[in-house]
Amino acid sequence: MPAMQMSREELLGAYRSMTTIRRFEERVQEEFSKGSIPGFVHLYAGEEASAVGMCMHLGPKDYIASTHRGHGHSIAKGCDVVGMMQELFGKAGGLCGGKGGSMHIADLNEGMLGANGIVGGGPPLVVGAALTAKTLGNGHVAVCFTGDGGSNQGTTFEALNMAVVLKLPAVFVFENNQYGEGTGFSYHCGSGDIAGRAGGFGLPAVKVNGDDFFAVHEAAYDAVERARSGGGPSVIEVDTCRFYGHHSGDAQLYRGKDEVKHLREERDCLQHFRRRVSDAALLEEAELNAVDSEVAALIDRAVATAQAAPLPPESALLTDVYKSY
Amino acid sequence: MPQKSIRQALNEALRQEMRRDPRIVVIGEDVAGGAGSEGQRDAYGGVLGVTKGLIGEFGEARVIDTPITESAIMGAAAGAAVTGLRPVAELMFSDFFGVCFDQIFNQAAKFRYMFGGKATTPLVIRTMIGAGRSAAAQHSQSPYGIFTTVPGLKCVVPSNAYDAKGLLIQAIRDDDPVIFCEHKLMYDLRCEVPDEPYTIPFGEANIVRDGEDVTVVALARMVHFAGEAAEALAKEGIEVELIDPRTTSPLDEDTILESVERTGRLVIVDEATPRCSIATDIAALVADRAFDALKAPIRRVTAPHTPVPFTPTLEKLYIPSPDRIAAAVREVHGYRK
Repeated sequence: MPAMQMSREELLGAYRSMTTIRRFEERVQEEFSKGSIPGFVHLYAGEEASAVGMCMHLGPKDYIASTHRGHGHSIAKGCDVVGMMQELFGKAGGLCGGKGGSMHIADLNEGMLGANGIVGGGPPLVVGAALTAKTLGNGHVAVCFTGDGGSNQGTTFEALNMAVVLKLPAVFVFENNQYGEGTGFSYHCGSGDIAGRAGGFGLPAVKVNGDDFFAVHEAAYDAVERARSGGGPSVIEVDTCRFYGHHSGDAQLYRGKDEVKHLREERDCLQHFRRRVSDAALLEEAELNAVDSEVAALIDRAVATAQAAPLPPESALLTDVYKSY
Repeated sequence: MPQKSIRQALNEALRQEMRRDPRIVVIGEDVAGGAGSEGQRDAYGGVLGVTKGLIGEFGEARVIDTPITESAIMGAAAGAAVTGLRPVAELMFSDFFGVCFDQIFNQAAKFRYMFGGKATTPLVIRTMIGAGRSAAAQHSQSPYGIFTTVPGLKCVVPSNAYDAKGLLIQAIRDDDPVIFCEHKLMYDLRCEVPDEPYTIPFGEANIVRDGEDVTVVALARMVHFAGEAAEALAKEGIEVELIDPRTTSPLDEDTILESVERTGRLVIVDEATPRCSIATDIAALVADRAFDALKAPIRRVTAPHTPVPFTPTLEKLYIPSPDRIAAAVREVHGYRK
């Protein structure tokens, strides 16, 4: 959908969502470096247009599955940012009660089936969510986010085939940020063309520029509508980039000289969006600035809440293994 | 009461539950069979006929033939379970868990805990276990011990048609992921099975035979081998108490411990390999919690620490026999400190 056809509310919503992801990730990086966040975090900054462009076409009853780099998908799908930050801090009030952490953040009430610690873990689950939608005939769709790394997993191939065989309302989004951990796409993807593989499984596929929110938004509209109207699954490959390492603290020795500087200057989807709507006079500078302030306050509140929140009680260790014992 | 085979009992359980709840779907390779071919639809009804006829009653939307693609089957079942269906997925041979365990072990089993109790995953995975058909090393194993080690999974190992029906209905109604193990040599084994649906709770062992001298714990086909041994031993004046736990997770620890408190002697029979197994688990349980009652060392009668051999001579040696069970019982019965 071209930018001119989106309502002001939609444009502001997209900007708010992308900005929330960016500021969330920047703050997580800061808090992680200070030692406030245990474990590992994988940051999504730079890829915001993909999650937001896709999820704007989804309702709370539609499903997504995510990856280890799941904060952006969660925010775009509507997960509570304060609950997310508490989860990252390992607090009782976190979305998963502090038992999942960054790599397993989930909110089934928002149709978010979980980040996933296993590369390629999500695609078969999305086949299942889409099977639920088809079997119950409720018109919902299921969207799988995975990466260029996940594109090489056998589970992904199996899921693509099964989605076609069962004619499921699914969309598989491959966010190609050019690295599987520290190994470059040109090396790890034999064909060098993720979208091109989809044809072999019988799925229509498009490649979009992930720096351009509107390109993602338009491709996502087509894919989601196709799935929702019974036209079956499809693939979107998003050409994108990550501003941070594989995980927070990654020395990124595999990067070229000034690579990240270049990405931040030339390929920042958030800056592109802002310039585009400003140049076309679709949104006022003051409106955008107001969103910036609002988001900054939200992130501050999320961190303050997470810092002050209680840890889970020791009794939580043994609960929630089974529904019935 | 009518006599039914395990195959008939399982088919009846599936049929009755699918009639009761439209969210139940059966999914797997050749659960009907014949899709995309010129010949007969429902050509298999499961490779050993357990799901035969279901597609005729419930249609392709609820009896879902898949490609041979175990990760996608298990993952789809897990994803469907957590979003509102109640799938009964078939992992044809339990040995194939090696292809797809991530979707069971890292995904379905852990959703509830990882997501802070917010996920419910009502999933049943039916799968065949057992040696004895010369199906060799990749189609004959009994890996229920591996499934039992995974927090979040429940594991059912029935030994007769009555239990099979009641436990499968319980598994389908249960809100946690359940691995339901069916011994491939026992599908034709018959006993009295009520026509109406009924459930058997998990974690309740069946005391197959009362006895005061030696406690024997056995699963699946080994229940019958241990029963044969017990008959022979009774003629020698040794009374065996035979316990079939029926589910390995949860495990009815109390029934086993109470029996050993009385007999002071324990033999565990397990068709699986001996290391880190159900047999070692039960031995550890009793050594830990009934040590003072023990009058003799605990003996385990298991398969050897080898893959399952192909040729019938060796395969017969691999599987614990009634004679080996009887010898172990005699040994612990005659043991004096």
